[in-house]
Amino acid sequence: MQDLSALPHELTGNTVPMISFKSVRKAYGDLVVINDLDLDIQVGETVSIIGPSGSGKTTVLRMLMTLEDVNGGVIYVDGKPLTHMVKNGKLVPANERHLRKQRVNIGMCFQHFNLFPHMTAIENCMEGPVQVLGLSKSEARERSEELLELVGMIDKKDQHPARLSGGQQQRVAIARALAMRPKVMLFDEVTSALDPEVIGEVTNVIRNLVAEHNLTMLLVTHQMGFARDISDRVCFFFGGKIEEQGSPDQLFGNPQRERTRQFLSAVREAI
Amino acid sequence: MFDWRWEFVWQILPRLIEATGNTLIAAGAGYCIALVLGLVLALAQRTRHRWVNMAVNEFVEFVRSTPLILQIFFIFYVGPQFGILLSPWASGMIAIGVHYACYLSEVYRGGIDSVPKGQWEAATALNMTTMQKYRRVVIPQAIPASLAGLGNYLVGIFKDTPMLSVIGVAELLHTANAIGSENYRFLEPYTMVGIIFLAISLPAAGLVRMVEGYVRRRMGL
Ligand SMILES: Nc1ncnc2c1ncn2[C@@H]1O[C@H](COP(=O)(O)OP(=O)(O)OP(=O)(O)O)[C@@H](O)[C@H]1O
Ligand SMILES: [Mg+2]
Repeated sequence: MQDLSALPHELTGNTVPMISFKSVRKAYGDLVVINDLDLDIQVGETVSIIGPSGSGKTTVLRMLMTLEDVNGGVIYVDGKPLTHMVKNGKLVPANERHLRKQRVNIGMCFQHFNLFPHMTAIENCMEGPVQVLGLSKSEARERSEELLELVGMIDKKDQHPARLSGGQQQRVAIARALAMRPKVMLFDEVTSALDPEVIGEVTNVIRNLVAEHNLTMLLVTHQMGFARDISDRVCFFFGGKIEEQGSPDQLFGNPQRERTRQFLSAVREAI
Repeated sequence: MFDWRWEFVWQILPRLIEATGNTLIAAGAGYCIALVLGLVLALAQRTRHRWVNMAVNEFVEFVRSTPLILQIFFIFYVGPQFGILLSPWASGMIAIGVHYACYLSEVYRGGIDSVPKGQWEAATALNMTTMQKYRRVVIPQAIPASLAGLGNYLVGIFKDTPMLSVIGVAELLHTANAIGSENYRFLEPYTMVGIIFLAISLPAAGLVRMVEGYVRRRMGL
């Protein structure tokens, strides 16, 4: 077990980041996937993660969603440790109870939507609010209808996912995540499984979220144009580390590192 | 040709029909026990408590590797030595219910395993408890996926009910035996029992497939 005594039990100060990775490490057996990652994301900030396949982008989001545990370091959300809890004056790995308390802050959308196939669109959205947040059915329905309206899916609210296109399913999935009122939204390549002609309907929904909401967002995407448009900051991942980060104009317009340049030109050629 | 007597058939038919009722009750009750207990076993095999896991696994293996008829005898004849005194019906239902629960637990397990990992992850992202994940997300998808297997065992349990005759449950075979020894004629009673089993098993298989299709459509799968 790695020594965490140098890490704070809580982040304080006048600008506590919404998300903070401190010396985070993740390995599968001998394969180190995330290597000593430090990353702060401020409240309301939209950050895109780009990088080659296998560079650890998805892993970063999955650790934040607590779908993977960390093998070193601590992740803080809203100043409080997420992956760990304080016990006897020490940071120890979080138990399920602690995780459930901290997870309320975070929502996630997946590449393959992962809607519940046995529920209609609106039932998918109401599920979390009713079961987890304890809202009444009518409150949850009202909230879900608002969100389905926002993502342009209100007229399909009583359809099962099998009857919806990929783009439509992804929009419902976004509404479902938002229905939990998270402070942080994670998007893992939400357009990668979509046909080209419906990518726009999903990216437009996300653009609107960036413009109108005070959400903190972390996106993994292969769409450089989209990342450039919406991000406050872009992180280029390589080999489980942030190779380079900066504003979209900086990173796309004037990349400093050789690997960033190589990646960007390879991506541009592919288009 | 052999000596088939129709008037004897008509004479014994009412008793056989009554016994068919008992057979159906035995199969139905045994199946209900197996359905519920099977799910409990399947879930117990997935808990994080290592001891529960191991105990349940061993139990399921043990039951599946020993003959049902032996289990029936054991509960009925050996039970009393441990102070467990049960009627033939109760012993029979427990034996069949538990025996088939062990098979059904495997079917459920397959159904649960067939639910994609992404469903669990989506449920975690909604911050559900483990109970909620099973109850609201996984089991509702696992059961439609298990229906074909569950249905096959319904027919299986039905065909195994004659074993209850050995402890005196008045189901079809037991009644046919009684009729046979009262009249010294076994051809007609046994033949009729065979026909009754066939007449119920065949449509049952079709019915199971219909139910499966219906449930899947209802669930939007
Ligand atoms: N469950 C796992 N077991 C073993 N190795 C894994 C597991 N999950 C991911 N990896 C490995 O971790 C590395 C990083 O994976 P990750 O999914 O984070 O990459 P990525 O940057 O999202 O790639 P992509 O662009 O292809 O989605 C890869 O080498 C991958 O093979
Ligand atoms: Mg990925």
